[in-house]
Amino acid sequence: MINGLDQIFVIAKGLLLSLLWWAPAWVVQVVSAFVNIAAVLAVFLTLFALISVFERKILARIQNRYGPNRVGPFGLLQPVADGIKMLVKEDIVPRGADKVVHFLAPIAMVAPAILALGVIPYGRNMTAFSIDAGILFFFAVGSATELSVFMAGWSSNNKYSMLGAMRAIAQMVSYEMPLIVTVLPVVMIAGSLSPDRIVDAQAGYILGLIPKWFVLTPWGAAAFLLFFTASLVESNRTPFDLPEGESELVAGHMTEYSGFKYATFFMAEYFGMFAVSGMAVTLFLGGWHAPTAFLQFIPSWIWFFSKLSVLLFTFIWIRGTLPRIRIDQTMKLAWTFMLPMAFTCVIAAAVWHYAAGGILGWLESLAIVSLVYAGLSQILGARRNLSVRIYRFAE
Amino acid sequence: MNLFHLLPFVVIAVITLAGAVAAATLSNLVHAALSLVLSFLGVAAFYFLLGAEFIGLVQVIVYVGAVAVLIVFTILLTRPLPGARKGRNWAGVFVAMAVLAGLLWALHGTTLPASHPLASNALTVLAVGQKLMTAYVWPLQAVGIVLTAALIGAVVLAMEEKR
Repeated sequence: MINGLDQIFVIAKGLLLSLLWWAPAWVVQVVSAFVNIAAVLAVFLTLFALISVFERKILARIQNRYGPNRVGPFGLLQPVADGIKMLVKEDIVPRGADKVVHFLAPIAMVAPAILALGVIPYGRNMTAFSIDAGILFFFAVGSATELSVFMAGWSSNNKYSMLGAMRAIAQMVSYEMPLIVTVLPVVMIAGSLSPDRIVDAQAGYILGLIPKWFVLTPWGAAAFLLFFTASLVESNRTPFDLPEGESELVAGHMTEYSGFKYATFFMAEYFGMFAVSGMAVTLFLGGWHAPTAFLQFIPSWIWFFSKLSVLLFTFIWIRGTLPRIRIDQTMKLAWTFMLPMAFTCVIAAAVWHYAAGGILGWLESLAIVSLVYAGLSQILGARRNLSVRIYRFAE
Repeated sequence: MNLFHLLPFVVIAVITLAGAVAAATLSNLVHAALSLVLSFLGVAAFYFLLGAEFIGLVQVIVYVGAVAVLIVFTILLTRPLPGARKGRNWAGVFVAMAVLAGLLWALHGTTLPASHPLASNALTVLAVGQKLMTAYVWPLQAVGIVLTAALIGAVVLAMEEKR
């Protein structure tokens, strides 16, 4: 019974494929791949619809107002109304725009985000595409989005679009470094680039209570915080949403898009957010493992999506709480603080590994991380320049 | 080689070559750069077809994620020279021909394996890592030093302005 619930989707897929008993093996393989794609798309499109209304609800709650509450019960049908509105809106392409690139940019934006969702293990035996170098695949498709942002910004032939795209690319390139380096310790300890093997490496409990998730080690906790911050930047979320700072750049690279193309960008942004949060869950929060041994009777996919929801809620919470920071502050944070800290995590993980993971290793890696943190904040704090700002470029 | 192996090869080859030809002939530089990206992706697809997963993914990270962005930024931040004439750049043609000749020479000297290479030794990340850390550790370090020097050079160039 418990096992059945846990594997319900795997069994359902098996039953579906058993209808193809007459077909040759390659047909079954192709159909199986399409079933996986359809499942991932269906789940995440639903989640996208849900989060678009819940984000507005939560932000409204933080700002002490109601939020959408007119369409359907509690405003839950708002995404349907939004979808219809987006579909029937006029699709405007500026006269000076580069038509082909302008058309291709939203597609080039959403495709990598969907591909990245394919390698994340959503539950026991529930990875859509289980490839050996899954982590590398994730970051390879992620790095392709920078070019899509450029395509959108350049083809619109609008200075706000171009400036927004330049900002977006600059901060995405800068934060890709800490994002990838913080993954290194996990890959080192798990000894594999496969997301499934990384989740397996976090199985088991100490005394049946404390899970062996990487986030509960000093290097893992530091790496998780850095990864989470970098993922805020990579998905252009507050406080790093400068590329679309409304007050100065209209909507950045999305300024000249309307109707369904704009909706596609919006969708790509949220899919990117799901993908990077899912990767954070896989790498640091134990993937689909239950937090304690006696809670293992709850199906694995419920655990994965609960952890994902907690991270997504934190994304929204941060958006409702923090103001946007300046572009030079964003860059400075990446290169002077995040990158050295990310390398420190690598060293701390190596020490933890050679101390065989006992209490001693735990304390040693904690000491390394906190020493470097204290030192860095001393240096950066002393250098903080609190004099009058001189505008060099805007006189 | 049956149809199922030939078909992906032909499709990828056509896309890669079309991207390369477009990159060489289009007059709009940004279009040329984007076509070059298509050709990079095609090369990555070839690596996947050969079972070299790691090389294919690194091809995407390095060429699509970094080199293409660099090219695009270079195009945006520079202007064509005021007196620049249209027409063929013969020095470029010469360099391209030299590279082609070098590649052909290297191809001529290689003996291709008769059997399908997939079956015997698929290139895993583990194997690549172990080779890099044992047999090729000095070249790796040398490349690291060259890249660090380039990084420091870029920082020095950017800091010049502050004085």
